[in-house]
Amino acid sequence: MDYSSSNLLVQMFEWLTFGPNWSGPEGIPVRVVEHLGYTALTILIAAAVAVPIGLLVGHTGRGRIFIVSGVGILRALPTLGVLILFVLLAGLGLMPPIWALVLLAVPPILAGVYAGISSVNPAVVDAARSMGMSELQVLFRVELPNGLQVILGGFRAAVLQVVATAAVVAFINLGGLGVFLIEGTQLRDNGRLFGGAVVIAVVAIAVDGVMALLQRFAVSPGLRTSRIPVEPSKTGGQEAHASSQGGTT
Amino acid sequence: MTGEASALRAAGGTGSEAMISFRNVSKHYGGGTAAVENLSMDIDRGAITVLVGPSGCGKTTSLRMINRMVEPTSGSILVDGQDIAAQRASELRRSMGYVMQSSGLLPHRTVLDNITTVPRLNGVSKPEARKRAAELLDVVGLASALGKRYPGQLSGGQQQRVGVARALAADPPILLMDEPFSAVDPVVRHELQEELLRLQRDLAKTIVFVTHDIDEATVLGDRVAVFATGGRLAQYAAPEEILRAPVDDFVAGFVGRDRGFRRLSFQAGDGVPIHPVETIRVHLLADPDTPVGSSWTLAVDDDGRPQGWVPQAKREEIRSGTDLVPGGSLYRRGDSLRRALDAALSAPSGLGVAVDDDGRVIGVVQAAEVLELIEEARLDRGRADHNTAV
Repeated sequence: MDYSSSNLLVQMFEWLTFGPNWSGPEGIPVRVVEHLGYTALTILIAAAVAVPIGLLVGHTGRGRIFIVSGVGILRALPTLGVLILFVLLAGLGLMPPIWALVLLAVPPILAGVYAGISSVNPAVVDAARSMGMSELQVLFRVELPNGLQVILGGFRAAVLQVVATAAVVAFINLGGLGVFLIEGTQLRDNGRLFGGAVVIAVVAIAVDGVMALLQRFAVSPGLRTSRIPVEPSKTGGQEAHASSQGGTT
Repeated sequence: MTGEASALRAAGGTGSEAMISFRNVSKHYGGGTAAVENLSMDIDRGAITVLVGPSGCGKTTSLRMINRMVEPTSGSILVDGQDIAAQRASELRRSMGYVMQSSGLLPHRTVLDNITTVPRLNGVSKPEARKRAAELLDVVGLASALGKRYPGQLSGGQQQRVGVARALAADPPILLMDEPFSAVDPVVRHELQEELLRLQRDLAKTIVFVTHDIDEATVLGDRVAVFATGGRLAQYAAPEEILRAPVDDFVAGFVGRDRGFRRLSFQAGDGVPIHPVETIRVHLLADPDTPVGSSWTLAVDDDGRPQGWVPQAKREEIRSGTDLVPGGSLYRRGDSLRRALDAALSAPSGLGVAVDDDGRVIGVVQAAEVLELIEEARLDRGRADHNTAV
């Protein structure tokens, strides 16, 4: 398309506001849906792998070294390199790039679940067990809800990373928002390139916002003691003490 | 001698009396350190048994072996005649209430949902469990509005009350309490102790209570087990006996210097003579012409509750309730000799103020007369001990 100026920002603005870019099978909305679809599939698979391992290690405390070193190794992998490797090994198709993204999403989820579960106050876990909860009940009724804040934090980080990185699937013609970046580079169309980057950033921020809301509503209000006003009573001094302790832990 | 006698009693005692029996129980940790060494003791049904001792004496380990939170290295534990090793740990635990020091409440659940935990595990429906939980809030002296709060919004004392309510929720015959009141301030601790005794009068649970505080042990315990470092049971007797006749130097040292004075808590003060005292209404103090007859006159409010003392020599200076010489502790009619003596010793006038159940002044007690009673009681007991020994 023709731009009215050579200024990058103006070109980007004109690309983003050009009506035809927002419709058709190659328009921005379709690409957003594709992009979110890849993200969702990736997160689902990563969660299916990482959550059970994180729960197990967090609950039993066994295999901690596996988590720490595993997470470190996975984080060091360059996603684009892994994607190309998987495509070379397995050929074109949907799954090789998804597996590359899964490798990106597993470490934050795994670390989050493990850290969330193992950060629960041991006295609380001990009390739950003393009351006669089975190990599974301790895990799902006490450790999971109490560690949820940290666990969802891990998910947030994973989702954010995958949304930002899923553009790589466009390298092998799978669409998504990465298409605009690749086309923009190949066509030397800076409006398209930067416009596509802005769309990715906006989608990432929006998804993160949704995750933040989810985190807020899913976590029990009882775990946000610092934000709950404590009503004064006869033993006011003590309550203030208790709540300030709750706030720092 | 006494050791043999108590062993005989333990072995020959009627089986139905002991709710919990330790039989040669030891717990060793890796490296051979003994937390509990060959413990044999019977815990009475429907009574409060206090396990007390310094840190590292195995009292908490012993408690936690009762609900299998800790497994003994050797020996067996019987609850109601059944070996607990043969029972499922989670079911065993649900049959006993457990109150711990602090943070034992589940922070993500409301107070009401904390209390319903065990009934819900036992399959009681939610509405039914909540109804019972609301009743329990009342039993432990908490307002029902607190039920919707989260543990983090409660004071330390309130949290411990919720902990007791939760332990009682499934109406278990046994309550295990692991230093439940040690993290609250002394005033609240005293309140909670009184509450526990009041509850126990109605409920008659078998309570095993762990503390490191010998005062708490003697106040609460029907029987007190003193543990020595290394997991040895040094003495197991009624609190009065432990204070009167510590079995060895360790127990004597642990019980402390004030044991003679503390033991007065177990002697009823019924016989203490109560003398009349001259009183003056506080509002009459403003008029300097209102005379005071004795060297010390007690100022009272319109309901007759003590407010402070007026020394005759300083009558001119005392014109209102704020000028009064503060009084000492109060002796409530029927309290122990310890309270009577303390009231007399702590009063500036040397006269301990005695009050009735509503807090109204009924007279004064004198230290010398309390001491006479103590001496008489000692002589009586000496004769009684002499007779049984022969």
